[in-house]
Order: sequence, then C-alpha cells, then structure tokens
Amino acid sequence: MDWGSILNNTLAGFLTPTTIAFALAALGLAMHFGFAGLLNFGIAGFMAIGGYGYAISVLTFGLPWWAGMLVGVLGSVVFALILGIPTLRLRGDYLAIATIAAAEIARLLFLTTAFTDVTGSADGLFGFNSRPDGSGFQNSNPIPQGTYGFGPFTYNEQTLWVLIFGLIVLTVAVWFLWALMRSPWGRVIKGIREDEEAVRSLGKNVFAYKLQALVIGGVFGALGGIIYTAAQNISPGVYVTSLTFFIWTSLLLGGAATIFGPVIGAVIFWVIQAFLSNVLPELATSGILPVSTTQASTLRFVLVGIGLMLLVIYRPQGIFGDKRELTFVK
Amino acid sequence: MKFLLDDTRRRALRIILVALLAVFGGLSVSAPALGDSVGEEYSATIFGNVKIDGEPIAGVRIVVDGGGYTAETVTDSDGRWSIGVPEVRNYNVTLDESTLPEGISVLEGGATQEVEFGLTDRVAKNFFIGEGERNETSIFDQIVSRFIYGINFGLMLGLAAVGVSLVFGTTGLSNFSHGEMVTFGAVAALIFGVGLQLPLFIAIPIAVALSAGLGWSLDAGLWRPLRKKGLGIVQLMIVSIGLSLTMRYVIQFVIGGGTEQLPGFDAPKMNLFGAVALSSTDLMSMGLSIVVIVAFAYWLLRTKTGKATRAISDNPDLAAASGIDVDKVIRIVWIMSASLAGLAGVLWAYFRPGIKWDMGTQILLLIFAAVTLGGLGTAFGALIGALIVGVLVEMSGLLIPADLKYVGALVVLIVVLLVRPQGLLGRKQRVG
Repeated sequence: MDWGSILNNTLAGFLTPTTIAFALAALGLAMHFGFAGLLNFGIAGFMAIGGYGYAISVLTFGLPWWAGMLVGVLGSVVFALILGIPTLRLRGDYLAIATIAAAEIARLLFLTTAFTDVTGSADGLFGFNSRPDGSGFQNSNPIPQGTYGFGPFTYNEQTLWVLIFGLIVLTVAVWFLWALMRSPWGRVIKGIREDEEAVRSLGKNVFAYKLQALVIGGVFGALGGIIYTAAQNISPGVYVTSLTFFIWTSLLLGGAATIFGPVIGAVIFWVIQAFLSNVLPELATSGILPVSTTQASTLRFVLVGIGLMLLVIYRPQGIFGDKRELTFVK
Repeated sequence: MKFLLDDTRRRALRIILVALLAVFGGLSVSAPALGDSVGEEYSATIFGNVKIDGEPIAGVRIVVDGGGYTAETVTDSDGRWSIGVPEVRNYNVTLDESTLPEGISVLEGGATQEVEFGLTDRVAKNFFIGEGERNETSIFDQIVSRFIYGINFGLMLGLAAVGVSLVFGTTGLSNFSHGEMVTFGAVAALIFGVGLQLPLFIAIPIAVALSAGLGWSLDAGLWRPLRKKGLGIVQLMIVSIGLSLTMRYVIQFVIGGGTEQLPGFDAPKMNLFGAVALSSTDLMSMGLSIVVIVAFAYWLLRTKTGKATRAISDNPDLAAASGIDVDKVIRIVWIMSASLAGLAGVLWAYFRPGIKWDMGTQILLLIFAAVTLGGLGTAFGALIGALIVGVLVEMSGLLIPADLKYVGALVVLIVVLLVRPQGLLGRKQRVG
C-alpha cells in the first residue's frame, strides 16, 4: 500500500476542473431545489447543453471561445424556458419525471448518429479548446508554459488556466446566488418553497418566479458543463442520469438550502471519490479486500448510493443546512 | 444463416461497422499502427474497421482515391484497415463489395463514399453493411411486423409498469429503483439458468420467487421503517434513487460490465405470415405475459387483497378506517411489484437480447412513460400505457433513426404530462 500516493491523489481531488464543474451544477440545483423547491432531475441535460453549445459553436460555427460559452449559456436558458413553461405547473414528482426525461432526450439527441457531423455522436467532440486560428480558450491562456504548484496541487499551464477561469466563474456564481437570496426576490422564492398558495394569495406571480429560478439554476448548470468541457473533450456518455444523481448527492451532502453547502459538498464528494478510487483497488491488489480491482472500483459507486440513502434518511438538511430550512414536504 | 436469424430486428440487421478507436483529443501526435497499413510514411491517415455483428471480416478490399493519389489495402484478421494519405483533403473511399461475404453489401451511401478530415489528421471511415436486400419488404409488411414486436415489447413493459403503478397508488412513491428490480430478475435467471445449469422452466420460477423475496425484504427492511419514520414523498423518492445506484453497482460488482445471454436467446425465427417472423422465445414471451397479466387482473379485481389494494389507492385513511391492514397490503404490493418486475427482466433479457448490469435503467423511463400515459396509480392504465409506448417505440423506427426511437416515447411522456397529467385512465385531480 502506497499511502503517500493515495494521500496525494486524494488531496488532488480538492481542486480539479471536475470539482468546480460539480460545484457549479450543485449550485444550480441549490437554486432549483434548495431555494425554490423545484425537483429538477435533469441537471445533466443543462450541463450537456452548456458544454455542447460551447463546443459546437466553436467547431461548427467558428465562434471565438467566449462567444461559444455564451451560446452554451443561452442554450440552457432556452432549454429552461422550453422545459419550464409547460412543466412548472406540475406537482413535484411529475416535474421530476418530466425533467429527467427531457435531459435524456437531450443526451440521446447528442448521441444519435443522425447528427454526427455536428455532435460527433458517441465519440463526442474534441479540439475546440485549442484552435489553429488562435480563437480557442487555450489560445488566450496568459500563463507561460510550465508546471506550477506543489505536491498534489501541481498543474500544467492549461489546467491552471481552466482552474483560474473556473474559480472566477464559481466565485461570481456564489456571490450572485448569495445576493439573490438576501434580496426581496429571494424571500419570495423561499416563500414559494414553503407555501406556494400563501405567496400566490399575496398577489405574486408564482409561475414567473419559478421560471426565473429555473433559468438561473439552469445557467449555473450550463456553466458547470462548460467548465467541464473547457478542460477536456466532450462526450455524451458523461451526461447520463447518474451524473444528475451524483450532483444531487453533492448538493444534499453540503446542504440543499445553503450557499456554500453545494460547493463544499462537491469538494467532499470528489475528495471521497478520489480517495476511494485509489484506496479500493490498492486494497484489492494487496489482498486485503477479496475482490478484483475492477470490482473494487465499482464498490465506490455502491458506497455513493448507500451514502445518498443514509444522507436523505438521517440528515436531509445536509452537513451545513438548517433543518427548518428544508421541510421536504412537497 | 446467422444473419437470417437477426433479420427481423432492424437494429440487428443493420450491423454496423464500429470505429473501435476513439480518437483522443486531437492531441495524439503519434498514431498507433492499425491493421493492415499502407502509406505509413504520410502523417494523415484514414482508417476503419469492417465488422458484422461483432465479427471482424478479413480480406475486404478498401481503396482510397483523391488528389491524384490512390492507395488500397485489405482488412486484417481483426477487420481493421488503415491508409496513409499525403494531404489533408477530401478523399473517396471505396469498399469493394465483391470481397465481402456472400449476400452482404453496403447498405447506406453506396460502396464509394467521400471522407472529410476534421480537426485532426486522422479520420475514421466505416460503412453500414449487412444483409443486402434492405428494402425488400413492403411498407405495409414492415408496419405489421413492427406492430407485433411493439406488442411484444409493450407486454413486457406492462409487466414492469403495473408494479410501479401499484406502488405509486398505495404509497405515493415514484420508485426509481424499479429498473434494478427488473435487472435483478434477469440476473437471478442467469445465475440459476446458466451458472447452475438448471433448465429454464425451473430457473425462471426461481428467479421470480427470488424477486418476490427481494420485494418482501425491501419493504420489510427499508420502505416500511421509512414510512413509520414519516419521510416525505420527495425524500422517499431520493432514497429510491440511492437504492437504485446501490443495487445497480452491486449487480455490476457481481456480474461485471459485459453482456451475458440466457439459453435460447438465439432461437430461430419462424415466418408466420407476411414479413412477420417470430422465434419460439418471442411467442412464449408474449403468451406468458398475457397469462400473467390476466391472472394479475383477476387478482386485482376479484380477490379480497386486490380490492383492498384498490381501496388504499383511492383513499388510504378510509381504507384503514374500514379495517384494512394497510401495511400488510402494501407488503403484498411490494412483493407483487418485484415479482412482476423480475419476470419482466427475464423477458427483457430475451427481447434486447442480453443481460447487462444497467439493462433495467435503460427502460426505467419507458416504464415511467407507460405509467404516466395510463394514469399514475391505475394498474390497467399502466398496461394500456405500456402497450402504446411499446408499439410507439417500435413503429417510430420507420420514421426516425433507430437510435432515436426512445426519444419518441419520452416526448410522449412530457406531452401527456402537459395536456392530460392524470393520464388516460386516471381521475382528474389537481397535480400542480
């Protein structure tokens, strides 16, 4: 057992583009579920549309990277509107099924061979972060080539650039959500979560508020997908329903109705994942666990499932949440 | 002969050539040597893989031509080929059909197709090949045969859907772990039918009985304590998601990531009438579904427990007040739901065909679509919904690409939620 490398890889889970992407998507779910009470099980669809919107507009339409990212965000706004206008009137569990179906439709459309020219179907897309004409995200990387950081936090200039960009986006998103939730708008949103009828009786347009919440959370989700895509290739196999459930786990871990909870939840999720994905195969190889290494790496997802169940049963408000804030009644 | 067996199911008929090589990142500088290569001195490469039903075909002649450059090669024993080209431009790639096995030809786009380089200097070119006479059957015959497959699929889906509907009706839970209950039945049949070599008429009942046991233990060990604890519907739903992840990966832990087959999955198809060809397995599957569904309907309509179940779906408090033991009925509902799901899993394993750790998850949303379409909580609505979804999924393959056929069902799911959220047979109530 090489505990040094296990510790090293575990700590590296703190700060990766994937962790930032999860934090952003979980923040979007916090807006949807934690604050507005909307059961969105389609966050993977928002992420996919953000990521593909960015990649496709760069590759197919030759837009510069920042415009491509804007297209990804706009795509998620449109998706939220198409999804929200008809479905937001539905009861919670109906909304859950409608959103999970919509996300699967989006994924199947990216996966089908009918649009291979644009989406790359099962192989996905690549080569959009660095462009020969200098308009790519990595082309505008101001960091000189080299290796930066120390110990587990050692990055090359490309990853570092994604991390810096991602952290800026995440900081702005956290600030924005925090500011929103202490504004009158945020109080109405929380009121809708607690008692929709009461808010309606005050003359508020509940539907419009919910739709706004869906759009804002969806944009956070798309930004998560964009950061994820800015660090690597995009492929439809990533945006499966399991991704949605993993992000829900991150969210509930930190606390659904909190600002920093989703971020910390995503970090904890990935640190644990990094730890398990290193330690379990090691345990298997050294014979402590009587399983094969493939089985050992499957085990961590079993543990995610068990963790999610225990979390919802025993601490639904999450690590940082306030039990009164999250009644789960709807 | 093997192709004739697969002939009826379109997705299987159009055996595809798969590009095994995922091109990583466009960053790869040195290309790995692939198959029988020519023109390796050039940096740009066109490559591909000739396979039919997963079997590589060796010795197929491929010609690349364009810009005054011509090169040809034949596929190696793994079916792979690779041709280096001097510049990154469009080329015509020809697959010499005379070198393909008897009766096999290129199905789409013709034997000569243009290849365009994307962002990298490597591009994959694969041809759709398969049994040659693709358009032989008339549209009418296609419609009829697809309708029959749709009914077969719908009956299987119905077995799974009534369980979801019963559980929803009695407990209010949208059970996301139902897909894993489907997989469980198939895996149990695999363990007894293939692992222990028991004959199928013993292995399948054992699988269903084990599924019933699963339903019992899930209710006794998880759902009943949680009901007593007073968890909300949404909490229960997320618990069922956690359970779904747990069970799915436990199954992957046990059977691995590959696809296994039950005995008799490749039973020969018999031509019944027109273009309709069904195997004995298909026929037995449909017969079994119908028998089970009729028995289920009798149970729900005529027996005391069935009546109690419907009473609880209507109004749990009133049912409890009139002396019905709600917990006992819910326990029975879980057992029923799991055993029907287990049987559906066995049939699904034959329909796909194959047993894989995520096979249940693949149809979970179709099950939800069926249940929603029929009306949440109504068992017969779920059956009708399942038949409609099954037929729709199979028929939509006539109009849209095969890999989009589930999209149609999911769109229907959303549309139903919008215009008639109570479903076909549900009673109108406030859902928003």
